[in-house]
Amino acid sequence: MSDWRPCASMDLLRDRAEALAAIRHFFSERQVLEVDTPALASAANPDASIDSITAKAGPHTGPLFLQTSPEFFMKRLLCAGSGPVYQLCHVFRNDEQGRNHNPEFTMLEWYRTGFNMFDLIDEVEALMSLLIPAIDAPATRITYHGLFEQTTGLDLGTATRADIRALARELGIVIPAHHPDEGLVEMIFNIATDSWMKQQPAVVVHHFPADQASLAMLSPDDPHLALRFEYYVDGLELANGFQELADPHEQRRRFEADNARRRKRGAQTMPIDEYLLAALDHGLPPCSGVAAGIDRILMIRNRQPDIASVMAFPFPRA
Amino acid sequence: MATYNTSEFRGGLKIMLDGDPYSIIENEFVKPGKGQAFNRVKVRNLKTGRVIEKTFRSGESVDAADVMDLSLQYLYNDGEYWHFMDPDSFEQYQADKTAIGDAVNWIKEQDLCSVTLWNGQPLSVEAPNFVTLKIVETDPGLKGDTSGGGGKPATLETGAVVRVPLFVQIDEVIKVDTRNGEYVSRAKDE
Repeated sequence: MSDWRPCASMDLLRDRAEALAAIRHFFSERQVLEVDTPALASAANPDASIDSITAKAGPHTGPLFLQTSPEFFMKRLLCAGSGPVYQLCHVFRNDEQGRNHNPEFTMLEWYRTGFNMFDLIDEVEALMSLLIPAIDAPATRITYHGLFEQTTGLDLGTATRADIRALARELGIVIPAHHPDEGLVEMIFNIATDSWMKQQPAVVVHHFPADQASLAMLSPDDPHLALRFEYYVDGLELANGFQELADPHEQRRRFEADNARRRKRGAQTMPIDEYLLAALDHGLPPCSGVAAGIDRILMIRNRQPDIASVMAFPFPRA
Repeated sequence: MATYNTSEFRGGLKIMLDGDPYSIIENEFVKPGKGQAFNRVKVRNLKTGRVIEKTFRSGESVDAADVMDLSLQYLYNDGEYWHFMDPDSFEQYQADKTAIGDAVNWIKEQDLCSVTLWNGQPLSVEAPNFVTLKIVETDPGLKGDTSGGGGKPATLETGAVVRVPLFVQIDEVIKVDTRNGEYVSRAKDE
């Protein structure tokens, strides 16, 4: 085996250590508590576009899942009165491998009680400009619908399915025979906005369509919009955040809808995290939370072409 | 018919799109942290050579193109088709004008060419990178000029015209790089 050596250079591994120390300093100064939650759990996020890796821990447990994000555990801490918390941990995503993906990666996730979405966006920008000195201006902030219309000419609020399919074909998207509309808007958004994104120092896209709410609460002003944001540098998504959904009934409804989508696709359904729902029932303080990909931040910080260049042992060396 | 899932996409894979065979040049997996995963690929149309970009929802399947590359020996041209033979199986194939493309400028009988077959028919023919061909026409150059500086046009036995140094003469055999159509050297004892 000639590839036993680390993929990242020693300089880049030292830079990773420095970045992690800077992050811990950033949160310690702001009195955000560092926490450490399990990577292996009996429930998983049923989001149909996220695939968890299944594990076994002996004859007495059911299937276990490597966590795709520490979000459910961290929300349980918030419900138990932890106050603001952050975590640096490894998370796992099945079948995600590519220039910007590794099936195991380092995530920074944090939650701020009392913050609305824009308060948290401010803090994301503060941390990012600390970690990536090349970002020399505030991020361009734009709504999902605004950016979609600016780059495609199509108003998502009034567009028909036929409009969206026509635009997709124009952009070279191969429309599948079954569930043809699933994911089309997301694919169009990514393709159409890519070159504009790369011209900005950084971009915050906020107010996503409600059907991409994920775990965000819907806007009290407009139920078609979710209080979700993403932060991009050079067209690369570095962070994804929510003003968090706190309503246990709505959360259960979304989990069930996720599993319904999985069934429709012929994918395995996921056990619903009853611990999380019980915690939400107890009460989640109003808060916003965000997850950032540390490896991608290091990629941009060090101008590396792929995620493997900043990881000690990316797949297939792992 | 064989199919490929997007997770099998990689450079060189041959797939069918809108009825034409394509070869994948580049494949990029894109996945928002929370959202639809997809594959953005650059593909070359094997009939026209045109390169386009396509996006597939991850997890979808695409028909495989029955395309293979064979090393075939060029036999002869009957005026309409160029005939080739597999030196192992002796099976013969005929390529039309579109398939033969630029290779027509460079190949002569007995040459081994890389031929791409689609559904068993030649789709494209690639001349060897280097060929040796005889000069059938060129201006007599100045004697004693060995600098290779200026150069002059020379017509080869296949009809192709290349620039050669002034000292190269009619009936000489030269080596040509078919990728850029440039003279390389005089052929030695061939």
